[in-house]
Amino acid sequence: MIHTDQQPEPYESQNEGAPDIQSHRDSTPDAAFAALLEDSAEELYEAAPCGYLSTLMDGTIAKINATLLDWLGLERDAVLGRMRFADLLTVGGKLYHETHFAPLLRMQGDISGIAMELRCANGDRMPVLVSSVVKYGESGEPLLIRTTLFDARDRRAYEEELLRGRKAAEEARRQAEADRARLQDALTVLQKSLLPDTLPTIPGVETAAHYHIASPDRLGGDFYDVFPLDGERFAFFLGDVCGKGPQAAAVTSLTRYTLRAAALHDADPASALATLNTVLHDRYTGSGDPRYCTAIFGILTPGASPGRLTIQLASGGHPPAVVLRADGTAAFLPTPGGLLVGVLPDAHFATAETVLTPGDTLLLYTDGLTEARTGADRTSLYGDEALLAFAADHAGKSTVDVIGALTDLLASFGDGLDDDTALLALGVPPLTAQP
Amino acid sequence: MDIFRRNNVTVAGNPQGPTVVLAHGFGCDQNMWRLTVPALADAYRLVLFDYVGCGRSDLTAFSEERYASLEGYARDVVEVCEALDLRDATFVGHSVSSMVGVLAAETAPERIGSLVMVAPSPRYVDDEGYHGGFSAQDIDELLASLDSNYLGWSAAMAPVIMGHPDRPELGEELKNSFCATDPDMARVFARTTFLSDTRDDLGRVKVPTLVLECVQDVIAPREVGAFVHQAIPGSSLVTLDTTGHCPHLSAPEATNEAIRDFLAGLPR
Repeated sequence: MIHTDQQPEPYESQNEGAPDIQSHRDSTPDAAFAALLEDSAEELYEAAPCGYLSTLMDGTIAKINATLLDWLGLERDAVLGRMRFADLLTVGGKLYHETHFAPLLRMQGDISGIAMELRCANGDRMPVLVSSVVKYGESGEPLLIRTTLFDARDRRAYEEELLRGRKAAEEARRQAEADRARLQDALTVLQKSLLPDTLPTIPGVETAAHYHIASPDRLGGDFYDVFPLDGERFAFFLGDVCGKGPQAAAVTSLTRYTLRAAALHDADPASALATLNTVLHDRYTGSGDPRYCTAIFGILTPGASPGRLTIQLASGGHPPAVVLRADGTAAFLPTPGGLLVGVLPDAHFATAETVLTPGDTLLLYTDGLTEARTGADRTSLYGDEALLAFAADHAGKSTVDVIGALTDLLASFGDGLDDDTALLALGVPPLTAQP
Repeated sequence: MDIFRRNNVTVAGNPQGPTVVLAHGFGCDQNMWRLTVPALADAYRLVLFDYVGCGRSDLTAFSEERYASLEGYARDVVEVCEALDLRDATFVGHSVSSMVGVLAAETAPERIGSLVMVAPSPRYVDDEGYHGGFSAQDIDELLASLDSNYLGWSAAMAPVIMGHPDRPELGEELKNSFCATDPDMARVFARTTFLSDTRDDLGRVKVPTLVLECVQDVIAPREVGAFVHQAIPGSSLVTLDTTGHCPHLSAPEATNEAIRDFLAGLPR
């Protein structure tokens, strides 16, 4: 329990200071100052600019000042010994008093600045700020409660403004979070539409892919796909649209479906890229927002004998594919000189061909991988040579293992990997892995 | 789920004694029992806790859906009883907690063997032929009162109330912290409490029950005390000569004596 040193009751002390005031009056020339000093304790209590109230521990009002009676519109006789403090409050205030105010006052011995409303005789409600202290007897037993009430009408109006503002802000925040979640969902759906749900099963061929999204808030500009051309051959592509966000996603979508349609029409890799080039160039040149991409497009044809896979591909300005051989070596499949797709009306695309045998894997990737920033200060780039060395280390493994190792590598870059990265691997399973 | 942490469970008193669970009502937390604990500690093992959303409970465990009904609070009680594997305990509930105890005893009869209801009310809002003491508008006013002291709750206070061991500078007990509650959670508890109607549950109470009421209590008037006493078969009623809704604070000796007498009379 907290015991608070108390001022004497105003009534008890009203005569104590009188002689002093008397003696000052004659000697002080300032009449106003003298009048101030003459403000007796009783007058100070009764006419104070706040309400005063003393109650027994059960709340019965034993003393109340004129200011508070005036606020309430009540006569002193109707209050003293007849009403409890809680009777002066609105019903809501009564409940708050019983559930919060009274228990806290009992436990702490004092409580201050609690907002409540008085119920006035004329039916008005008057917001007040209430503070109370318990007066204890010599042996520590609680004797009475002293309470002051401050007029809080202006303050309450201001607080209500604040409260409204706070509620509005919270509502706006909830709304913003809901909007953000909805947008996130929409972006996820859109992003998924740019990539195949699953890669098709190709007899005698193992495929694996990984897509790293740099930021969940932004649509990525990388893309890949694998799809059947006819009963025998499959087409694949992987590329990178310049830029990010919705505009890039629109180009990605256009690119993906153009390449699919073009391949069905003419599966020659360079022709497919040429069709894409025409479409992008016509669509975006003169739009004030030129759009282009880099891409590798290829065809895979199973050989006459099992375990042989012929790859023909064309590249439009895209980093060269890597071939991982079963013997533990790795090399780029060079496609030099191919132009970006969509920049010029007539573009040249570089072509290349290779044959995969059991244990070999063709790896396509976007430059998010080779341009990942590495080193302690994140200033050097991962680079082609490191990629080739990494590929050699994993040559001979299954495509799933190769993609798994590269996925771990991407994760190891941490925040050095700040671009989207697409990986696609196609391989002939090693003989030992065949059932 | 660590129930002890979630409900800030405190075990005190005589470890060999019969177990008494002390449950706080709407408004404050287990500190409300500070004058009761010393009176029972010699002979009884005392279990105190804070409902989720109150006191130093884990506020992250709060769910508006769960605590929108008294059953949600009763689940807190049952889960605390289960975590301590209590058998045949006496549940002492203040205010709305006494009704929570009725529901918990119905759910887990093997765990709660007797009830002490301190200032109970099965329904606060008047109904045909029933005087609870409040109108629906009155309850709205209480919710508004909670809102007007909303500013008293500050984000700075939350870590103190929730007890952050990594911030010892906040370890000091803040003023009013026993009764400071996140306003959203307080509003849920207030609504659940004051709009509840558990009159039908009283007749199903099968355990020895003591009803404690105050001579003058705005929240649980005497006719409500009489209603509860009559509705619970075989219950006993003790009227405490004190005013207000918290006899365990305003008349601790008489309250403790009534509880002790009841506990002593229980078959062991």
